[in-house]
Amino acid sequence: MRIARLLAALLGLALASVASAPSRAADLDAAFARIATENFGEIEAAIGDLAATGDPKAAAALQALTDSRLVYAPADKGVFIKAPDGKFTDARTGAAPAAEPFGTKPVRVNNRVRRALEAALGSLTLLSPDPAKRLAAAEAVLKSRDSAAIPALDAAIAKETDARIKKTMVQARAAAVLGKADATDAEKVSAIDVVAERGDQDTLSLLANLRANGTPIVKMAAETAAGAIERRLAVLSSVQNVWYGLSLGSVLLLAAIGLAITFGVMGIINMAHGEMVMLGAYTTFVVQEILRTKYPALFDWSLAMAIPLAFLVAGGVGVLIERSVIRFLYGRPLETLLATWGVSLILQQAVRSWFGANNREVGAPAFMSGSFDFMGLAITYGRLWIVVFGALVFAALLFVLKATSFGLKMRAVTQNRRMASCMGIRTPWVDSLTFGLGSGIAGIAGVALSQIDNVSPNLGQSYIVDSFMVVVFGGVGNLWGTLVAAMTLGIANKFLEPFAGAVLGKILLLIFIILFIQKRPRGLFALKGRAVEA
Amino acid sequence: MILRTIIDLDWRGRVFLLVLAAVAVLVPLLNLAVPAGSAFNVPTYLVSLLGKYLCYALLAIALDLVWGYCGILSLGHGAFFALGGYAMGMYLMRQIGPRGVYANPVLPDFMVFLNMKELPITWWGFGHFPYAMLMVLVVPGLLAFVFGWFAFRSRVTGVYLSIITQAMTYALLLAFFRNDMGFGGNNGLTDFKDILGFNIQAQSTRVALFVASVVALALGYLIARAMVTSAYGKVLIAIRDAESRARFMGYRVERYKLVAFTVSACMAGVAGALYVPQVGIINPSEFAAANSIEAVIWVAVGGRGTLVGAALGAVLVNWAKTWLTGAFPEVWVFGLGALFVLVTLFLPKGIIRTLSEWSARRSDQRAASAAAEAGIGAVQQPAGAE
Amino acid sequence: MSSVTSPELTQSILYLDGVSVSFDGFKALNSLSMVIGHGEMRAIIGPNGAGKTTMMDVITGKTRPDDGDVLFDGSVDLTRMDEASIAELGIGRKFQKPTVFESHTVDDNILLAMKGPRSAGSSLFGWRNRVRDDQKDQVLETIGLKDHRKRLAADLSHGQKQWLEIGMLLAQDPKLLLVDEPVAGMTDHETEQTAALLASIAKTHAVVVVEHDMHFVRALGCKVTCLHEGSVLAEGAIDAVSTNDRVVEVYLGR
Ligand SMILES: Nc1ncnc2c1ncn2[C@@H]1O[C@H](COP(=O)(O)OP(=O)(O)OP(=O)(O)O)[C@@H](O)[C@H]1O
Ligand SMILES: [Mg+2]
Repeated sequence: MRIARLLAALLGLALASVASAPSRAADLDAAFARIATENFGEIEAAIGDLAATGDPKAAAALQALTDSRLVYAPADKGVFIKAPDGKFTDARTGAAPAAEPFGTKPVRVNNRVRRALEAALGSLTLLSPDPAKRLAAAEAVLKSRDSAAIPALDAAIAKETDARIKKTMVQARAAAVLGKADATDAEKVSAIDVVAERGDQDTLSLLANLRANGTPIVKMAAETAAGAIERRLAVLSSVQNVWYGLSLGSVLLLAAIGLAITFGVMGIINMAHGEMVMLGAYTTFVVQEILRTKYPALFDWSLAMAIPLAFLVAGGVGVLIERSVIRFLYGRPLETLLATWGVSLILQQAVRSWFGANNREVGAPAFMSGSFDFMGLAITYGRLWIVVFGALVFAALLFVLKATSFGLKMRAVTQNRRMASCMGIRTPWVDSLTFGLGSGIAGIAGVALSQIDNVSPNLGQSYIVDSFMVVVFGGVGNLWGTLVAAMTLGIANKFLEPFAGAVLGKILLLIFIILFIQKRPRGLFALKGRAVEA
Repeated sequence: MILRTIIDLDWRGRVFLLVLAAVAVLVPLLNLAVPAGSAFNVPTYLVSLLGKYLCYALLAIALDLVWGYCGILSLGHGAFFALGGYAMGMYLMRQIGPRGVYANPVLPDFMVFLNMKELPITWWGFGHFPYAMLMVLVVPGLLAFVFGWFAFRSRVTGVYLSIITQAMTYALLLAFFRNDMGFGGNNGLTDFKDILGFNIQAQSTRVALFVASVVALALGYLIARAMVTSAYGKVLIAIRDAESRARFMGYRVERYKLVAFTVSACMAGVAGALYVPQVGIINPSEFAAANSIEAVIWVAVGGRGTLVGAALGAVLVNWAKTWLTGAFPEVWVFGLGALFVLVTLFLPKGIIRTLSEWSARRSDQRAASAAAEAGIGAVQQPAGAE
Repeated sequence: MSSVTSPELTQSILYLDGVSVSFDGFKALNSLSMVIGHGEMRAIIGPNGAGKTTMMDVITGKTRPDDGDVLFDGSVDLTRMDEASIAELGIGRKFQKPTVFESHTVDDNILLAMKGPRSAGSSLFGWRNRVRDDQKDQVLETIGLKDHRKRLAADLSHGQKQWLEIGMLLAQDPKLLLVDEPVAGMTDHETEQTAALLASIAKTHAVVVVEHDMHFVRALGCKVTCLHEGSVLAEGAIDAVSTNDRVVEVYLGR
């Protein structure tokens, strides 16, 4: 505390001397002379002196000191900044010294000195011409709650023009007041109000201290403020969980939606569904490889190009599987399960032989990296795109099924095959295309999943159980059910994670679904009727 | 009951038991009595490998009991197998005693490594062989009972049942990967030293384990056979063919299924328990979905609903696997995948039934031509095969 | 319909009152009421989709009614029981589409249907193995499948399967038989045989027969109920019902 007060005095001095330009150079020299010592007390005082000059050269020197790059020559009290490459710069002039300084020693730092150093740097950069630096300095004070910085803050606030930085400075000042031993209750209470506006976890821990040991009035104010913040944070974290849950749900939706067609609508147990997703992901990889080597400028378009290709590749493979295997097994679901499992093994091994067993690197285009802040939530573009993409694919599929003639034929065939063929619909053709559509959508999902998962031959395996769970939970044959199921499971997973951990949370969900299927064997939105009982 | 089953066995079952008996005598003899250099010597590693196949065969028979006779395509039998294996593994871990790396007399190495202070409750009693053997039956059996009780009562059937058994297996896989479950996490249980006081690496122990596997397989076969040839088995098949018809006749379908499922899970547990000392390790990968599904294909290859065929399929497929993974490692997975596709498309009845139908047709033809020669127009009715 | 009094209830083997069933809003049964007496034979007719099969589903526990009472033997509430317990009470059913156990022999099909303990334990430990050959032979005799007893049910013709299912019903020996379209796919001669058989069964059992074949219904010579859109349209002697204007309009046609 004593040092703090000392510092405060020094800072006050410093601010007073900002105006008197002529004496600045002299002050700077004196301060540098003072720092060239082994005495921690002297060094500490010199730091104060340096900060008081407000000179950029002082700032540079102090920065060097925090990085342990400030040295002095005991012989002539010259102070130098040593660059990482070993070159010296004279701290006083900022120029290279005439001759290589001889026998330099580093200026040493202990904890007390370090604290002084941080405060000094804080107040020095508060006045920096660079707004980012000023903001960072204000944030630093906010964290350290160093009451010594109050005078510096006052000066800075007076000069500040940027509203956002100014606000942070005011908050920092309030935090510093709260850290001050001799602040009056009134000062503290109004400071609490100011600080409470921030409403984050740091503020909460700052207030926790006051709630524990303050005067009754302060205690009460802190209590109220902390309560409000806690509520806000609770809401925020729920919103955050919901958001994460939605994005996980979108991943599940993407993985499952193709299955909702092949399994849900056609009733085919396609254990190779995951491999369709994998094929989509590898298509993305190949597209990116080609772009990287041939047309690097187009890299940002790689995903857009991969989507139709993945649809064609996976859809084509799907049609092939349907024509060569599945069509012989209609009405024998358990055999279909086994045969398609065999197909999945073959596809996995084919990809493994071709591309190797290791993970393949799939890059993200520029527009998918980074994040933005939305009402206190950090939203990454990657997540956002997955959610948007999931919604688009869902809407497109819904459109195909409900509003096109192909969708009509498809529903006719799956509901009453004989009748449909009597009415002149070529059922085998519709079967193939429907299966191809489901597989193609799985391929598109693979493009999206290549962005968040390892692209390896096993990619599909990790989604197969999840996908079936989603479709069964949602109710077979019901696209909306699949959507609701995916989002419910995604959100439930994210809310369970904090309590149970990721793995246990997943286990709990699996158990929940197993129990749920006991209660409602046909899923959330079951189709009723005789057809499903067969 | 078992005795009556033996007396009533069909020729296929008799051949099966005779082969098992021959194997149980010959393999130990050729291993122990024939000198190592001789061409007739069966090396010890081969004894354990054959023992492993026999455990798979028992698993296949267990699966055939529910799939072949009751239509329950369980994708969870790998889990029952693994649970039996873990029960045995836990006994074997406790037998290591102070010989572990950390020389802790009570705690297995991985627990010391994880800073556990005392034995978790789940491990209590596993130092005693009888208790561990009881658990080999009880743990898979109980899980199957509880799972089946819920599933069959709410009439989850067909692929839905397959999917939730797979989900169960997956949940167990995730759970056993966790270190704090206390079952060795990722690495599982290994470095076993001895079983019932005999060195687990010793040649004579390996031979004894092999013989135990033969006996277990024979017993498992006889129990399953007794079940399916009894009136119970007839009802089971009736349920497989027309579940709701059986209900309307007053049969409590869920109970019939539950009995078969639970017995089958216990059998799978025993298979796992015999498997672990012969391969020397049990880890969570035994819970992988692929294992359960592979077991299904063994049954399909041999012929579902024949028991003997299931055992035959298990041995054949695994023999092919051992041979192919040694000779052409890349090819094996392709081969396995193709096996799944080709068997379901072209051999839906499996080897045994296809062969027997084929020979029945041949003998029919021969009988018919003989009858024609003799001028008798008697047409034989095909005998009722199950 | 008929005003239900309590003697009617106590004398009935089957009593349906105000039974409604709907599937996704579609009313398959609409406040259906009907009483079958002990030892009565009743024929049910009605156009496709009238709810005849659904009525049987409700009685045998396959479908739960949304509303209404279904009482067996005057007191037992069937709406709370599952299929197996209802069968144990003594209600047997033949399905519209013949369902027999295809991988069993004709013999075993009858054996499985034979009256006796049904629990898993008893079947496992052999009680049901005591084959009552005489009873079985009698049933096989009646349905004319004695020469086919060793054949697999899957190999039988459609008509033979119908007979086998009737035989299974006989072996089960229930108090109440529900027979859904027994003569579909049978020759005229067989149809007459079936009518005679049902008539002889009806001497000792209550029988409810659903059938479209009016010759057959006439041959049964019993009270007839005509269903339409889930409720009773007409009830009475065959001549009265078949001349009823509404019945002619919706079902028989002019
Ligand atoms: N499980 C079900 N789900 C949906 N609708 C059903 C179901 N069961 C019956 N229905 C409907 O209820 C109505 C009555 O059917 P039901 O089978 O009882 O008719 P029916 O009188 O037996 O006709 P038929 O003479 O053709 O056998 C039909 O329109 C049918 O579509
Ligand atoms: Mg009907």
